[in-house]
Amino acid sequence: MRLPSIATLFHPLQSFSIRGGIHPETHKHLTSECEIETMPMPTLIRLPLQQHIGAEAEPIVRRDDLVLKGQLIAKARGPLSANIHAPTSGRVIAVGHFVAPHASGLPVPTITLRPDGEDRWGPHLPRLRPENASPEEIAAQVAAAGIVGMGGATFPSAVKLNLRAKYDLTTLILNGAECEPYLTCDDRLMRERAEEIADGIGIMARALGVKQVFVAIESNKPQAIEAMTRYNRALGYTFKVHVVPTQYPMGSEKHLVKMITGRETPARALTADLGVVVHNIATAHAVHLAVRYGEPLIARTVTVSGHGIRRPANLRVLIGTPVSEIIAHCGGFTEEPDRLLLGGPMMGMPIQNPRVPVVKGTNGILALTAAETPEAKTMPCIRCGRCVQGCPVGLTPFELNARIHAGDLEGAAKVGLMDCLACGCCSYNCPANLPLVQSFQFAKGKLAERQSRKHQQEETKRLAAARKAREEAILEAKKQMMLKRKAEMAAKKKAEEAAAAAEMPPPATATAIQGEATP
Amino acid sequence: MIAAAASMSALGLGLGYLLGAAARKFHVETPPIVEEIGKILPGTNCGACGFPGCNGLAEAMAEGNAPLTACTPGGRDVALALAEIVTVEAGAEAGPIAEIEPMVAFVFEDHCTGCQKCFKRCPTDAIVGGAKQIHTVVMDACIGCDACIEVCPTEAIVSRVKPKSLKTWYWDKPQPGLAAARAETAA
Repeated sequence: MRLPSIATLFHPLQSFSIRGGIHPETHKHLTSECEIETMPMPTLIRLPLQQHIGAEAEPIVRRDDLVLKGQLIAKARGPLSANIHAPTSGRVIAVGHFVAPHASGLPVPTITLRPDGEDRWGPHLPRLRPENASPEEIAAQVAAAGIVGMGGATFPSAVKLNLRAKYDLTTLILNGAECEPYLTCDDRLMRERAEEIADGIGIMARALGVKQVFVAIESNKPQAIEAMTRYNRALGYTFKVHVVPTQYPMGSEKHLVKMITGRETPARALTADLGVVVHNIATAHAVHLAVRYGEPLIARTVTVSGHGIRRPANLRVLIGTPVSEIIAHCGGFTEEPDRLLLGGPMMGMPIQNPRVPVVKGTNGILALTAAETPEAKTMPCIRCGRCVQGCPVGLTPFELNARIHAGDLEGAAKVGLMDCLACGCCSYNCPANLPLVQSFQFAKGKLAERQSRKHQQEETKRLAAARKAREEAILEAKKQMMLKRKAEMAAKKKAEEAAAAAEMPPPATATAIQGEATP
Repeated sequence: MIAAAASMSALGLGLGYLLGAAARKFHVETPPIVEEIGKILPGTNCGACGFPGCNGLAEAMAEGNAPLTACTPGGRDVALALAEIVTVEAGAEAGPIAEIEPMVAFVFEDHCTGCQKCFKRCPTDAIVGGAKQIHTVVMDACIGCDACIEVCPTEAIVSRVKPKSLKTWYWDKPQPGLAAARAETAA
């Protein structure tokens, strides 16, 4: 039980919070008062074909094609995928591979575009009047606009809007918690575009057919709370702004649902099983633009922050803008950053190459200096249990860690490794500075690899068996053929003999006659 | 005629019984361990171990004539699974079981003449290509047995580490003490 603070007088719900969690220094002051500015046109745009969870999009342009702003350049492949549009007009200069905006830095299929600077719009998507549109039409429009979850998970939004067919949905929750330190892009978006977001929320609520709508905002964003409370009505829906305590990881989908509805999502189940759908605030904004104006998802708000950045800012950038150009726009580095991150400091991806592009799920670019990433000496685990206290899903990280280091990954999976969110609370809390969450990431990857290798082995076994069967069938067919040929030859011979025999008779009779005649 | 038929069938029956009795009397049990080993081995009969097929290796391993790590396409996982059921005897020294990166075959297209030799040799049908066409390897089906490399007349095929994709990539295991060392060097 934590002691109530003065803040709880204003928001009494704060005394009931989620399990575990931490209170890291937020560093949000760096950018929270920076208005969203539009980034000037970059010199190059790189669009990875996989910016979402699911199947990679299929490119439909070729090198040297001229494309217009908003033109579809890669088509969704399969039901779980997303369209990709040209963020500006220009020439396609390559459809090849480029370094992924990912910690691995592996090459991924990418379309590279050189903007012509004219920013000419192609035809927009057909506009929709959501008041009259059916839920299916809204979902189809969202799918056509290539919208994915913009909180970082990048799950195709249209798929989530279509959940109504399978689940009995009652509640829509808009995630404006933004619990990651440093990030302020959702905060600024809510402050500046509250009306547009409200409209987007209304459209989504209509598509889902829910009864109630909540907007969850952490208590450290009073202006955003005020703005969203002012615009709390759209399309006949009135939403309730729910102030949640400032605590990491409040923005986790399942924890937000627990916080607001009081119901816990079972392990490996979906929140939709409880009748709840969670969408990000920025997604609502994108839905508004797509449905009202027919604009596909070609730009997003990004926080550029950290003490390594000379002029931290909130920027509206085109998807595909190289990180290096964004940093240059923000005045460059104050000093050589110790770490360059995409996303927040807790769950973001460290990147090696600053030329990687911003993608649909990138909500922050952080340049952290050595002072912000203290490297402390690791010491042996003393079983103090601080990691257990911090874990928001109730795991025992010290035990998981011990099992993983002993090579017992199955054992770790048995005590809940697969329920780990990889939020990093355990590592943050650890007084011995053990790389706990890093071990879990490794173990999860390793287990997945093992699974896929086992699957591959089974498949190759099947292939080998199929090959053997085929070879045997061919051999058998050959044998049959030989037998047939033999039979045919025999038949032919017989026929020839018969024919010969048929031809023979005259002389035979002749001899017979002769014979008869001889005596 | 009847006497001939009767004597022949009597002879057949008698010999048949004799054979049956002999089979019972001189029956040789296949050690169950061979079957168990066979279940764990990939079963592709690729020949990478140098024994005649997976069955050959299973027999050799049961007799203690082959190391546990003989199956290279199976890698560490197969070796570990085998270690649980096979007792290592003298003569079959099991070397240290190291993590082996999965290998796949790769065709240098400049050198491929389309002779189809590799296509015919591949135990898992992982090579595709027609006569006088450039051949290529389907990476997901390739087990890295190197059978194709041996038969290629132009040496156009090499074995290389299976390239990682975003879906298969994962973080390295954090080494205890590495962070400490890093902090010390920084200091």
